[in-house]
Amino acid sequence: MSVLSLKDFSVTLRDRSIFEGVTLDIQPGEFVGLIGPNGAGKTTLMRAALGLIASEGDSSLAGLSAQARARAVAWMPQAREIAWPIPVENLVALGTQARGGAADTDATDVAMARMGLEPFRGRAASRLSGGEQARALIARALAQDTPLLMADEPIAGLDPAHQISTMSVFAELAQEGRAALVSLHDLGLAARHCTRLILLAEGGVMADGMPEAVLTPDNMARAFGVSVWHGQTDDGPVFQPLEVL
Amino acid sequence: MSRLFVILTLGMVALFVISLVVGPAQIGPVDSLVALVAGDGSPLTLIMREIRLPRAILAVLIGGGLGLSGAALQGYLRNPLAEPGLIGVSSTAALGAVVAIHAGLAASLSLGLPLAALAGALIGVFLVLGFAGSQGGSLTLILAGIAMSALAGALTSLVLNLSPNPFAASEIVFWMMGSLADRSIVHVWLLLPFAFVGAALLVSQARGLDALTLGEDAAQTMGINLSRLRLVLVVGVACIVGGSTAVAGAIGFVGLVVPHILRPFVGAQPSRLLWASGLGGAIMLQAADIAVRVILPERDLKLGVVTALVGAPLFLHLIYKTRRGLA
Repeated sequence: MSVLSLKDFSVTLRDRSIFEGVTLDIQPGEFVGLIGPNGAGKTTLMRAALGLIASEGDSSLAGLSAQARARAVAWMPQAREIAWPIPVENLVALGTQARGGAADTDATDVAMARMGLEPFRGRAASRLSGGEQARALIARALAQDTPLLMADEPIAGLDPAHQISTMSVFAELAQEGRAALVSLHDLGLAARHCTRLILLAEGGVMADGMPEAVLTPDNMARAFGVSVWHGQTDDGPVFQPLEVL
Repeated sequence: MSRLFVILTLGMVALFVISLVVGPAQIGPVDSLVALVAGDGSPLTLIMREIRLPRAILAVLIGGGLGLSGAALQGYLRNPLAEPGLIGVSSTAALGAVVAIHAGLAASLSLGLPLAALAGALIGVFLVLGFAGSQGGSLTLILAGIAMSALAGALTSLVLNLSPNPFAASEIVFWMMGSLADRSIVHVWLLLPFAFVGAALLVSQARGLDALTLGEDAAQTMGINLSRLRLVLVVGVACIVGGSTAVAGAIGFVGLVVPHILRPFVGAQPSRLLWASGLGGAIMLQAADIAVRVILPERDLKLGVVTALVGAPLFLHLIYKTRRGLA
């Protein structure tokens, strides 16, 4: 039973085709990294799959009612908006309320602990640093406790330690039987942590599969116009973009 | 949170009692309260039941409604500068009332003025929703509201411009300043359904307003139907603002200042700010209406003038505090 299924999925914005004919399935247990150059349509693909913008073709999430969708997927947009100085604890609790009931303190505490937010519990969320805000918003999405978590560039702006620990949290979710679809630009982190990568470029899915199968020199040259150094360590693969071709 | 609730409720009740015992008729506080309960048909009972009680109830309903509306709109627009007049309904309600005064409807029919104002509010809310569209976001709503306010304001000026004599013009101008003087229990019955329906609609959207803290995209994926939320919110605010303007004229600043003052005390959570601002609005308007009677009892000082006189400097003070907080 897949948590997200797209069939022949296309989006056209103002008469310009963003991508066409995307077909993919995401299963529980997968941590999928969505990569691709700027403007390839990563954000558009995720928002359309959620039903937030108009699309053609089928998405298993787009047709759901707002309440059913809130139980199927949690979404963390790229714009980290926190309008009011509400305490971090209350912000994370909003995720538990999205399921329809009252705030769940236990689930809130678990999500906060996962993102290392205990020291910030009572602090006004809108006054935290950018990276701390990002972690609070990820915790909010985790607290929604959905089979699928979708996040648009969740690790952009985080320091290296928090980039790695955040990627590890997504990987843990996948190991627990949930799934994550996360767009990101750091190919090295994508290769090390994701179970699968989807490369969106040239108006469609250019490659989809295990990281090593997607991050080939040929694909990197075609999609990003860069050369990539590829090494193997005891800890896993290492990918480092080297120069613009 | 609960302590704030107790303090605000006590404040509201205390001011309600004070409001009942203050007035031009020189009656002792105990005598007036006894007369209110006694109901022996004496002139004193008449004053209490026909003049002071409606006035006190209206101050609670209108102040509470305006505070609640302001908090709801600020939450929806995620902007501390939003106020109930933003959706244009207060302006179209005022236009309806002004037309009624001009046409003589207000003088010939006892409820002609408030009914005309309600009609103006109804037309206004339909036009605003029509222009803003059912799928549009908050921006189209603000723009439609601004356009509607401007149009209604221009038409109000036109009516003033064409008024047959200076007395008609001054009657219109004085009405627009807002007042609770000389209102009867009939006005209370007229406002009550609108106030309650409006309040119920706004309170029902509390969870949606909380979710909107994280932006429209996030809120939609947190189970909130944004189109429905916007519709319910506009209708709720229109009920309260339309009803209030019909009964009391234009009263500004309550819906803007009260949520602003109370926000830090509820952890800035939009849902908790709703009830707090409702109570706070009732307190502010009751205090202003008592001030009107105490400061210049022999001159008919208008309520809207006092709320603006108190509200504007208070707002400037808040801006100063915010600026220092940002620096």
